[in-house]
Amino acid sequence: MSRKSAIVLGGSSDIGRATARAFAKAGYDVGLAGRDVAALEPDAADLRARYNVEVGLSKFDVLDTASFNGFVSGLPALPDVVISIVGLLGTQDTAQSDLAHATMIMRTNYEGPSLILGLFAEKFLARGSGTLVGVSSVAGDRGRASNYVYGSAKAGFSAFLSGLRARASRGGVQIVTVKPGFVRTKMTEGMKLIGPLTVDAPVVGDAILSAVENKTDVVYVSGKWRLVMLIIKTLPEAVFKKLKF
Amino acid sequence: MTLVSGWGRFPVVDSDVLRPRSFEAVCEAVVTGSVARGNGRAYGDAAIGAVRTIGMTGFDRVRSFDPATGRIRLEAGVLLSDLIDTFGARGFLPFVVPGTRFVSVGGAIAADVHGKNHHCEGGFGRYVDSILLRTGEGETIEISREQNSDAFLATVGGMGLTGIILEATMRLRPVETGWIRERVISASDLDAAMRALDAGDAATYSVAWIDCAARGRDLGRSLIYLGEHAGKDELADGAATFPAGKNPELAVPVDLPSMTLNRYSIRAFNELYYRMGARRAGGDHVVSLYPYFFPLDSIAGWNRIYGRRGFLQHQCVIPEAGARAVLGEILDRVSRRGDASFLAVLKKLGQGDGILSFPLPGYTLALDFPVKGDILNFLDEIDRLVVAAGGRLYLAKDARQSRATFEAGYPALSRFNAIRKSLDPAGHIRSKLSQRLFDEV
Repeated sequence: MSRKSAIVLGGSSDIGRATARAFAKAGYDVGLAGRDVAALEPDAADLRARYNVEVGLSKFDVLDTASFNGFVSGLPALPDVVISIVGLLGTQDTAQSDLAHATMIMRTNYEGPSLILGLFAEKFLARGSGTLVGVSSVAGDRGRASNYVYGSAKAGFSAFLSGLRARASRGGVQIVTVKPGFVRTKMTEGMKLIGPLTVDAPVVGDAILSAVENKTDVVYVSGKWRLVMLIIKTLPEAVFKKLKF
Repeated sequence: MTLVSGWGRFPVVDSDVLRPRSFEAVCEAVVTGSVARGNGRAYGDAAIGAVRTIGMTGFDRVRSFDPATGRIRLEAGVLLSDLIDTFGARGFLPFVVPGTRFVSVGGAIAADVHGKNHHCEGGFGRYVDSILLRTGEGETIEISREQNSDAFLATVGGMGLTGIILEATMRLRPVETGWIRERVISASDLDAAMRALDAGDAATYSVAWIDCAARGRDLGRSLIYLGEHAGKDELADGAATFPAGKNPELAVPVDLPSMTLNRYSIRAFNELYYRMGARRAGGDHVVSLYPYFFPLDSIAGWNRIYGRRGFLQHQCVIPEAGARAVLGEILDRVSRRGDASFLAVLKKLGQGDGILSFPLPGYTLALDFPVKGDILNFLDEIDRLVVAAGGRLYLAKDARQSRATFEAGYPALSRFNAIRKSLDPAGHIRSKLSQRLFDEV
């Protein structure tokens, strides 16, 4: 039996690297996709040296949706698992008046990830198997004053995944939505994170692997976030609108 | 600026902490007063920049690995815990591991860390073949015993002061299993403990835990742990060839009040530990490498049990000839104080490999003390005994020794300083430790 394979979109991010390691350690051959293929070479060498697996690289730009069909058809083989880690936190303050920045946040977090996973979903449904993983965010559970441009894009992505799941599960294709919460990464460096609610990237990588293997639908990487967001989601709007976080 | 400390949480000082993501960014980050920091397990001020601290744990990639020879090339931020988890299952372990696996390769080279096998197999640096170093002057050079050998020998054990270690090539040890065949020997006093360690010279691994609450006739009573790598045929039926490396099972979530550790609780702990260990003395047991090498790693944040003000570790080495008398005197003074630690460890060391490497042939004693009262004066007095016996202190543990103690203990210092100067004429690389002990003022 040939080995299983997984492609990580956004392979050079901290969560992308950790996820690639988790899957390679579990014996998957791994594909890393990102804007700068040369920058992915050291990570590919790392995975080969550590886990003795096959690692392929491909160019992927989440904003270049016109290239998506070519990206999918250009892969040497249709993988068993596709994981989208791509995301952009951006700057809320800037996005409030700079439409180009707001558009980039929306496209990077919603449009691109949804379209590429949707495209893979068609291929997977035709084959009758496969798993698609979208890394969304707890920020998408309810729009908050401090990050609603990012949050609304993640909300859209979560909704897309939810609908896709309802359709694809009948066709043997599994859809996983991952909501990491705070993660110590390049993206969050310098931010004030709440210690007990914050995890390291390898914890997210392991959680994604276990969600794929256990066929979980929606994963809050830390169970505490499920509770936190449950509270945030149930606050009446009259109360919620007074909160500044 | 950020408040930074070592594992002992003393001293706590301001430094500008950066975490560059590329080697180019590392080079750009170096300003006058910079030093690299790995996983922050040096106890004192070694990995805190005088002005800027350059965090290296983001550099955690393996470049290449040859399973035929065990040679590995890796970035300096790879942790030994990662190496063990990743390559243990493939039959390879680091040749040398210190008492915690949560140290970076760069830090292990800079401190030339030793393990329970130093008496027969040497320190971490012995298994490092070459290092990619960004010197203080700004050059990036490959150094080894053959090429730039002075720089290599100054970098192994050089406390990060020759420059920033970016990558290293080292050898891993082929092993059949991840298990250790352990023999526990109980020794009723210091003489018996030293005899047992001498008798254990042939063992690959040997270390003694000393009950430092014991006094009088019992002074220095110990449990000696000898160890060998276990073969597959020694494992229980159904045991995994390589045991799982569990994450810490316990955690110390907050600083305990400093009164938690007092002479009564410490005495009770030591008594219990000795009695439980002594019951296992005698025959061989096969134990997982994790509890054998890293007993404290199972308690996350154990450094917090000493309270908010932190603790000091005092680790000295005394040359073999005068060791018995000096160790007896130190242990006597410590036992009379009553606040000595859970962790008193005695072991034999061999010759060090780097110019400033801590080990020399003799006995090393490591003790922990909470930071309070007159502890600094007390340790200064202990240092006088160490220096008089021709011994010295381990820089990776140190937060408080005097220049005089340091200079007396490290006679090769002038050679080290000359090499450091040639690699960093403008003096860019400076840590809080180098300001305290090395740099011209």
